[in-house]
Amino acid sequence: MTADVVVTRRAAPRSGARRLLSRHWYAWAMIAPVVVVTLVLVGYPLVRGIYLSLTDATEGNMGRTIGMNVIPSTYEFVGLKNYTDILTSSEFLGRLTWTIVWTVVCVALHVGIGLGLALLLNRPMRLRSFYRILLVLPWAVPAFVSAFIWRYLLNGEFGVVNAMLRAAGFAGVSWLDDPFWAKVSVIACNVWLGVPFMMLALLGGLQAIPRELYEAAEVDGASPWQRFRHITVPGLRPVSSTVVLLGTIWTFNQFPVIYLLTRGGPGGSTEILVTYAYRQAFEGIRNYSGSAAWGMVILALLVVLAAVYKRALRQQGEAW
Amino acid sequence: MVSAPAPAAAPARAGTWSRDRRSPAKSAALHLTLIAASIVSVFPVAWLVLTSLKPRTVIETASVAPIDHPTLANYTQVLGETRFLTWAANAVIVSLITAVLGVLLSATTGYAVSRFRFPGFRSVMWMLLITQMFPVAILIVPIYNLMAGLGLINQFPSLVIAYLTSTVPFCAWMMKGYFDTVPVTIDEAGRVDGLTPFGTFWRLILPLAKPGLAVAAFYSFITAWAEVAYATAFMTGDDKYTLAVGLSQFVGQHKAEWGLLTASSVLIAIPAAAVFLLVQRHLVTGLTAGATKA
Repeated sequence: MTADVVVTRRAAPRSGARRLLSRHWYAWAMIAPVVVVTLVLVGYPLVRGIYLSLTDATEGNMGRTIGMNVIPSTYEFVGLKNYTDILTSSEFLGRLTWTIVWTVVCVALHVGIGLGLALLLNRPMRLRSFYRILLVLPWAVPAFVSAFIWRYLLNGEFGVVNAMLRAAGFAGVSWLDDPFWAKVSVIACNVWLGVPFMMLALLGGLQAIPRELYEAAEVDGASPWQRFRHITVPGLRPVSSTVVLLGTIWTFNQFPVIYLLTRGGPGGSTEILVTYAYRQAFEGIRNYSGSAAWGMVILALLVVLAAVYKRALRQQGEAW
Repeated sequence: MVSAPAPAAAPARAGTWSRDRRSPAKSAALHLTLIAASIVSVFPVAWLVLTSLKPRTVIETASVAPIDHPTLANYTQVLGETRFLTWAANAVIVSLITAVLGVLLSATTGYAVSRFRFPGFRSVMWMLLITQMFPVAILIVPIYNLMAGLGLINQFPSLVIAYLTSTVPFCAWMMKGYFDTVPVTIDEAGRVDGLTPFGTFWRLILPLAKPGLAVAAFYSFITAWAEVAYATAFMTGDDKYTLAVGLSQFVGQHKAEWGLLTASSVLIAIPAAAVFLLVQRHLVTGLTAGATKA
């Protein structure tokens, strides 16, 4: 009797596994390519990056091959030293604060201006598609080209922005050479670059809101502000939650604008975490381990962001 | 304005929104705002085009004249005396391979996470979300060292591999959104007719999803095409540069060839913008398809 029970109990998981396999094997087979590619191309470098971040690897002690000569690696395991160095460095708080300011200001302006323009474009009027095309233009230009355009426009000596300021009787501003104005410049460039996507996405969201809701609200005597507050904002939420997350990640990780416009300067004033980690690894004496540790710190911040976002999704009733 | 302004006292009960309900003053304000926004939006690009047509001597004076001694010299110099065309070809090759591989690898996953709830579903969704968020700083050092170990630095495969780390999860995510918009009843009909899940996907869903695949491929293409960080770190010889790296050669630390920079920027931006404006509606739908449906 007891033996029987034991046998069935032992058999149960095995047949359960088989049942799971027969029921789900096609789903697993379908996701296999992405899972394998991700494990190999992302998982392995990630693990290696974590390991590197615990060593003192730099350009000097990293193994390499020069012609026929193979120079072995001589870097050593140093534990959490890179992390404690980062967290106690004066750089960390400064870079983190600026990265957060940069992300929040940019995303707020993207959404604010994008929503404003979307609301304007969502009305019947003449030349609507003409305005739309003009307003989408910055998105159509590759980001690195935009960064170069702005570098030219904002050039202190002969940039057209300063030329116009001087023509209007003001003094020119050294846009890219002054710490404060450099921050304004990179934000301006990134806002110019990012508003079109927000505008189009939110316009799509606005058009998906049933018009009857507005008509019913008007019949009930709701003011324009009340209609915006109680119909437009909730109606946009499915779209806005996605694009705000995307926009936040894109801005947080925005490499080309900062790297090409100011190179993080002057004096590191526009350096965000991502460009800082990059320059550590690929400029001057290449500090691979330090850069890897910065990368892990950035990853930790992003995982927190994703967790917050997922919680927000769940509150809206999204499945997973 | 042809339409007459609506009488102020008219109750707002018209079934459709029309121009008639807007006063001339409001209408003017609306158009003025949009015109101002359009100018801000277009001006940098327009100024770029105008500058590219000026000779170097004019560019380096602080002049606000839109047109001054127009010449095509910058263009002939870019096309004839620099490696611009090589860089463009490099960028196209790398981006094309990345886009095709990305879509091929991720199509079935997009379908699976759209249709099936299987053990491991949540982990896969998490993986797709998190890997998309990976900034360049996290993987670039280990991938660089691996590629150096394999002797692939300054070779195109190293860039393609680096780009696949972000385009594969990205494509899968976008395609999930697209497959979500394809009615499940089509799958059910296929299953009733005796198709396997693979058969349903291949024979029924994939043909319907072609626009979604095209958008995902296009997105990966432009992501790879405009990438700066990996390309700067990995491509060390100027015959292997992509456009993003090549262009920064024109404005180095010591010299700045603004004529070359503006002319090549125009050569890149005009075709890119033309294609982009044609497909932009689909791009936004592609990114937010899953969201608008929910």
